[in-house]
Amino acid sequence: MRQAAWAAGTVLGLVVVEMVLSRALNPYVLRVVVLCGISIILAVSLNLINGFTGQFSIGHAGFMALGAYGSAMFSLHVGIGWVEALSGAGLPVALAAAPALLAALLLGGLLAAAAGYLVGLPSLRLRGDYLAIVTLGFGEIIRVVILNIDAVGGARGLGGIPGWANLFWVGLGVASVLVVARNLAHSTYGRALFAIRDDEVAAEALGVNTTSYKVLAFVIGAFFAGVAGGLFAHVLSYLNPGSFTFIKSIEVIAMVVLGGMGSISGSVVAAILLTLLPEVLRPVKDLRMVIYALMLVLLMITRPQGLLGTRELSLRALIGRRRAPHEAT
Amino acid sequence: MTEFLQQLVNGITGGCVYALIALGYTMVYGILRLINFAHGDISDPGRALAVLVLSMLGCGLVGLLIERLAYKPVRRSSRLAALITAIGISLLLENGGVLLFGADPKFFPQIIPAHNLALGAGVTISNQQVIILVVSLGLMLALRWIVMSTRVGKAMRAVSHSHVAAALMGISVDRIITFTFVLGSMLAAAAGVLVALQNPKIEPYMGIMPGLKAFVAAVLGGIGNIPGAVLGGLVMGIVEVMVVGYLSPTYRDAIAFVLLIVILLVRPAGILGKATAEKV
Repeated sequence: MRQAAWAAGTVLGLVVVEMVLSRALNPYVLRVVVLCGISIILAVSLNLINGFTGQFSIGHAGFMALGAYGSAMFSLHVGIGWVEALSGAGLPVALAAAPALLAALLLGGLLAAAAGYLVGLPSLRLRGDYLAIVTLGFGEIIRVVILNIDAVGGARGLGGIPGWANLFWVGLGVASVLVVARNLAHSTYGRALFAIRDDEVAAEALGVNTTSYKVLAFVIGAFFAGVAGGLFAHVLSYLNPGSFTFIKSIEVIAMVVLGGMGSISGSVVAAILLTLLPEVLRPVKDLRMVIYALMLVLLMITRPQGLLGTRELSLRALIGRRRAPHEAT
Repeated sequence: MTEFLQQLVNGITGGCVYALIALGYTMVYGILRLINFAHGDISDPGRALAVLVLSMLGCGLVGLLIERLAYKPVRRSSRLAALITAIGISLLLENGGVLLFGADPKFFPQIIPAHNLALGAGVTISNQQVIILVVSLGLMLALRWIVMSTRVGKAMRAVSHSHVAAALMGISVDRIITFTFVLGSMLAAAAGVLVALQNPKIEPYMGIMPGLKAFVAAVLGGIGNIPGAVLGGLVMGIVEVMVVGYLSPTYRDAIAFVLLIVILLVRPAGILGKATAEKV
């Protein structure tokens, strides 16, 4: 009951937020807010792999690309038909697009999750930096393959994707990834993931099936990266393989490390910060990326454990009213 | 057959350049367990200077500054923090390059005009390729001499085994790490100049792909392993040229990673790397 009420409340709240903000904000600011949301999904989902489980993945852009292209192709070839049928039946467009977009996002997520399973498998044999470089390679291979498939536009990019996604859908994505990550962290599964991160050998000795948990982390993380990619596709209406280079993966890693490995709220804060930073720096033009890089280095030197470390921001701690001591962690 | 041999010659020259960059990656990794993402970018100023000795000195200096100002402060923090720092430095070098030179490629005159020499059986080699082969072979031998037969080299090997034990033996670990960075940067500079011989232009973002591939080459051979880096570089160069020649040039950038995944699945520590058992 409580969960259902929460879910209904969230959806209702997002509808209100979407209606108010899409009128109150100018399109540029709105776009930046939406991109912040997509960054949050990416950062939190990568945190599941890197921060929770301690596996080092630098191929997140590849999962995102799969989700983006998969969902875009679905919308272009199947989804548009659904929307026409539904709006023909008298539904308003915003509502008529909902089932198609939901299906496209889920499909993109599942496609990425399948790839996550494939990438997770080598983690049986590879550790640390070797795994990192394999994930990097996987991301690059996905990009080059997309570049060579003419049906998805190749180097020209894929245009004409219906722009169904808005603040509501991105908000929904953010809410789901946050709920999944939080619940995961407090479940047996989450404890097992933390155990693997802290000491893999000890975790195995205590009976944690490290292989299946590591693959699980990859699958869930990749799923949400795919959803983020799907949202990205339906916000921008245009995809280009150049958006999914390893630089993109690096940006997401920077968010996770900056926020603090394993800290969900840290990832959220850092994702917003690192998405806003290049926008705020727009007036200085050429210096923009130089300053961005410098700040990244300076932040790492001054706070190597990330902004929040492994701690979480919580309203209770902020207000200073702690109900139960064990919740303070 | 002639075509195959010709591709082989081209592949070996390309591989030598990869090997030079891979050596820098592998040395730094061997000592610090840090993937120095900025390494490929260090060769950019090297290309701009375009005179071998001068640019080696210049990039050595750049390497020194980077190590002292950026990497040393994060050495005691987590390896991930160090990695992000390396990425930040890489972005800094690239975008600094955009700021200095502009985003469009700049061309400069060919230093040594190309002419082909016949090798027999219809295979030719250009004088530039000969220079690349000779210079990189010379640098590799010099590196081998430094690492295996000098006091500094002995100290480098000791530090790569254990920082603590090396420090107890009276080795200044900081100095050795700095030395390794400078040495690696100089090799990267040399690689930059050699590439500029064949392809006389500079653009700010050119360090990324070769840098990434050289890193893959280092992993391929077994990272931290000096002969492994040379072998990995050569394998990478040859396979890449063969793919471009016989399959499709558009898959050029992917093949490096396919090769990497295949080899790592068979030999998780690289071709020449030693598998280390994890201890509790």
